[in-house]
Amino acid sequence: MGEKIVEVKNLFFQYERKYVLENINISIEKGAFLGLVGPNGSGKSTLLKCLLGLLKPQKGTIHLFGEDIHQFNDWHKIGYVSQKANSFNSSFPATVFEVVASGLTPKLGLFKKMKKADREKVMEAIRAVGMEKAVHQNIGELSGGQQQRVFIARALVSEPKLLILDEPTVGVDSQTVNHFYQLLHHLNKELEITLILVTHDIGAITDKVTHVACLNKQLYFHGNKDEFERLKETELTSLYGHPVQLITHDHE
Amino acid sequence: MFSSILQFEFLQNAFLSGILIGFIAPLLGVFVVVRRLSLIADALSHVTLAGIAGGLFLSSKISFFSSLNPIYVGMGFSVLGSLVIEKLRAFYKFYAELAIPIIMSAGIGFSVVFISLADGFNTDLFNYLFGSVSAVSRTDLYIITGVAALVILLIVLFYKELFLLSFDEEYASALGLPAKGLHLLFILTVALVISVSMRVVGILLVSSLMTLPVAASIRIATGFKKTIFLSVIIGEASVLIGLVLSYYLDIAPGGTIVILEVLALIFSIILSKARRGKI
Repeated sequence: MGEKIVEVKNLFFQYERKYVLENINISIEKGAFLGLVGPNGSGKSTLLKCLLGLLKPQKGTIHLFGEDIHQFNDWHKIGYVSQKANSFNSSFPATVFEVVASGLTPKLGLFKKMKKADREKVMEAIRAVGMEKAVHQNIGELSGGQQQRVFIARALVSEPKLLILDEPTVGVDSQTVNHFYQLLHHLNKELEITLILVTHDIGAITDKVTHVACLNKQLYFHGNKDEFERLKETELTSLYGHPVQLITHDHE
Repeated sequence: MFSSILQFEFLQNAFLSGILIGFIAPLLGVFVVVRRLSLIADALSHVTLAGIAGGLFLSSKISFFSSLNPIYVGMGFSVLGSLVIEKLRAFYKFYAELAIPIIMSAGIGFSVVFISLADGFNTDLFNYLFGSVSAVSRTDLYIITGVAALVILLIVLFYKELFLLSFDEEYASALGLPAKGLHLLFILTVALVISVSMRVVGILLVSSLMTLPVAASIRIATGFKKTIFLSVIIGEASVLIGLVLSYYLDIAPGGTIVILEVLALIFSIILSKARRGKI
């Protein structure tokens, strides 16, 4: 058994009076690549926001890196890439370098300025996502796929141990999506970063992840990929409420 | 003119306060504009007017307050107004912009009542409405210097936090930044800058000092630091050239400064279109 990076126990969350998450139990070990899938409105983003401390669940506990979330302070260990389309002002006057450097803010701490080594780290993260040619361009001049790569670099720059991605490929062309999954694979295998990838596209990720969790208000399934592939289609149908095709992208 | 500056204290006060405000208003203004809070500056200026009118009323009617500088009451109202705006924005979560007309009309309502209580318009009030840089006193200058020091300290200490908060508020919170506290500190500083800047350009024009230089530079500068740099250059140049022009041509300095900023804005739009090959 490896180190537990995330442990969620008996978690309930409600907006107004309606439960969005009911009795969620998830545990993620170091080095795992978890695909969190579920239909639209199933509570995936809510669960992520609870993990990031942006929302406070009404019941249940969350432990991050073995520490209760209320005591947890090492937020720089967690990188986050959100669904960019709705949360960022695309005409913001900032260069790629400035955006990526902002990911170092919590690690540097208050009142500290960037040193030469920090600048080098920023460049390294930009090179890791292949955006070095656009370093001094404004973020708004880039395509959606390029912007998403910049946001991954921003999450990587603080050298996180856990990377959380909320439907990062929405609105990104298919070629970029392939590069993107190669990048994730590299981060997971070579840099041993634990990954949580949220998506509603269940078929697209089954050959990339090590574990799968299916969420629709409740957790319908949580286990490794092999168990998931043995799941009967009928069970997935009951999760989504309609038949789901399990397309496996097997290139071998 | 330069010999006159050495000679007359009122000219020294005017230029020194102009230089300070020409620097801090666009500096803070960049953050105001990118966070889409431009209209809050306008609403707060009207709340400040209510404070000024209240202060003038108190000092004219109640002997205890006769030596009260109305700018203090204005600052108090502005700070209070900014806190109320934040409460309202949280209360009307999905109609956050409602806070602006609410505060603006409340500000104007109080202003009008205070003005009528103080027996209508007088020169003082007129100066606050349209700015009267020659009426800036030494005390005013000291207050402006204090606020300028505060703004510069805020930006120097919290630059990277403010940048992150402005660019992506959710991400800032996810990284464990005290986003709410920082935002409050920011909005309070905006309130103070507005209340001291109106001495130079007047309440009706004060938000322009924060927004026009930024509007001019945002399309032509690359990157955030360069946008700040260019905004400050445009703001500072407009204030200084405006003051000199108004001295020689004997025209209203506040209006002159704003017209220069509008000219800079038009020039930047033409430049930006030319660069994109549309002209």
